[in-house]
Amino acid sequence: MTATEIRASSETLLAVQAPRKAANLAQFFRWLILFLGGILMIMPIVYMLSTSLKWPHEVYNVNLWPDEPTIENYAYVLEDGRFYGWMINSTIIALITTASALLFDSLVGYTLCKFRFPGRYIVFIAILSTLMIPTEMLVIPWYLMSQQFGWLDTYWGIMFPGLMTAFGTFLMKQFFETVPDDFIEAARIDGLNELQIWWTVAMPLVRPALAALAIFVFLGNWTAFIWPLIVTNSVEMYTLPVGLASFGDEADVAWELIMTGAAISTIPTLVFFLIFQRFIIRGVVMAGLKG
Amino acid sequence: MANVTLRSLGKSFGKTEVLKDIDLQIEDGEFVVLVGPSGCGKSTTLRIIAGLEEASTGTVEIAGRVVNNLEPKDRDIAMVFQNYAIYPHMTVRKNIGFGLRTAKKTRAEKTERIEEVARILDMTDLLARKPSQLSGGQRQRVAIGRAMVRDPAVFLFDEPLSNLDAQLRTQMRLEIKKLHQRVESTIIFVTHDQVEAMTMADRIVIMKDGVIQQVGTPSEVYHKPANTFVARFIGAPSMNMLPGTGTDAGIHLKTGLNFTGGPAVASRREVLLGVRPEDLVPDGAAAFVEGKVTVQEPLGHETLIYVDTGAGEVIAKADGRRPPEVGSQVRLSALPENVHVFDAVTGQALT
Repeated sequence: MTATEIRASSETLLAVQAPRKAANLAQFFRWLILFLGGILMIMPIVYMLSTSLKWPHEVYNVNLWPDEPTIENYAYVLEDGRFYGWMINSTIIALITTASALLFDSLVGYTLCKFRFPGRYIVFIAILSTLMIPTEMLVIPWYLMSQQFGWLDTYWGIMFPGLMTAFGTFLMKQFFETVPDDFIEAARIDGLNELQIWWTVAMPLVRPALAALAIFVFLGNWTAFIWPLIVTNSVEMYTLPVGLASFGDEADVAWELIMTGAAISTIPTLVFFLIFQRFIIRGVVMAGLKG
Repeated sequence: MANVTLRSLGKSFGKTEVLKDIDLQIEDGEFVVLVGPSGCGKSTTLRIIAGLEEASTGTVEIAGRVVNNLEPKDRDIAMVFQNYAIYPHMTVRKNIGFGLRTAKKTRAEKTERIEEVARILDMTDLLARKPSQLSGGQRQRVAIGRAMVRDPAVFLFDEPLSNLDAQLRTQMRLEIKKLHQRVESTIIFVTHDQVEAMTMADRIVIMKDGVIQQVGTPSEVYHKPANTFVARFIGAPSMNMLPGTGTDAGIHLKTGLNFTGGPAVASRREVLLGVRPEDLVPDGAAAFVEGKVTVQEPLGHETLIYVDTGAGEVIAKADGRRPPEVGSQVRLSALPENVHVFDAVTGQALT
């Protein structure tokens, strides 16, 4: 190696180091933004937990750690018999709507995706267009309908709007596009009927989408407030969010109790999420297999 | 075991006619390859036989029975797809056994059958694996196993080798051919690769634009192409086509030379003279191709030379060791029986 060559190569080395410094800086800012975002996301949860540990007089202090921490609120909420009833109501409603939405959304999505029939496109557009109607607008017709059918203050009344979702149908349709037609045709040649093909071939291949949809629907119904509030009359039929909001009286909202109830009620959603997250990861691994 | 008969089969998607009047008789136990460029209707034909697509006109008969209105499962067929269509969420055993789900057999019989097929395909030790743990060739074998397990009368293959690399493709080609000799079922195989067609088929069906161009043994379609399309499609490098005009003395080529000894061609009739690269030999006297070598492509055992005739390029095969130099002048001819004459307008063979 001649002297000039050596100089040239050391210059390239320096040139390489400079961008590396820039890359480190970029990396730092990336972490900073993620860190700030993380703080932003976790603050409400931290604040919920901290409020649940406060005495009523301290609730409107913004301090993160209570001056006199107490678990009195937890004792109160858990000793209040109504809480368990609401929890059970919410669990039943969220589980049934989730199961129902998974079943019907995937059936309709599959049909719209894999079958060619007249009006297919119109049906799809009609379903999609319902996404543009806000819940607040639907609440009154739903209520009138429930009244006519005698569904007020029943599980069915709370659940029926969520038994099938336009979003889920859309999501499932899009995911079924990733299932090759060959898979379906091969099964058809092997003599399976269409329902068997849907269940044994197509459904296992869209498990990640099912898991994602399950999480969406479950959380959506677990936290639903407006409709359950309107359709229920008796305290026994309240769902958890409606019940929690009823803590306190006309004049004062008992935030410490609401936050305590909220803290407890996040546990089932966490469990649900952790279970289905595994499916998502497994699903992604499986989707890596190409023909 | 069954023969397959297609009678004036037609298929249209809306206004597009993709198959026109297909007539084909496939004998019991025959290995027939449908070949053609993409969009020629070969896959559609196969799918109609399988029952995945409905024929617009005409009938499909399997074992003497019109099956147009039968579901795929009732047609006694099995199909291997291009992307294998093996299910990633099932083990090899389950994948192979999938074809038996609806069969009226006991569990023991099914297990026995699956293991028998696995033995034939030499994959007994892979039965517990998932497809993701298999190589491309092994996946292909699973797909074939799935078709075999049902012991169908007719096997349908839809470009099953096109996702494999060249070496594996050659190997699988051989395996499928051996398999055919072993099971003696009727096989209908679709490919766009003329080499696959030539090497595997008992008979080749060459299609273009939804029309059968020629049906024949590999030797027939190679040595007696029915038209210029078949002549160019089969064989690599393609057959040379030299435009010319009929005269009383023979064919006067655009290159300025004459070809004599071929079939009589009416005077002033426009023709194409087809000659395969390997049939061109150096010959000073009767040469009808003359020109300068522009490019050499050495292939080892032979060398392809590109000859600029002044009226188009001609490819010839030359000796691998001592090919003519680039820039040198060559004069080539071919035996009259190796020269094909086509009508320049219709493309139909005149010989």
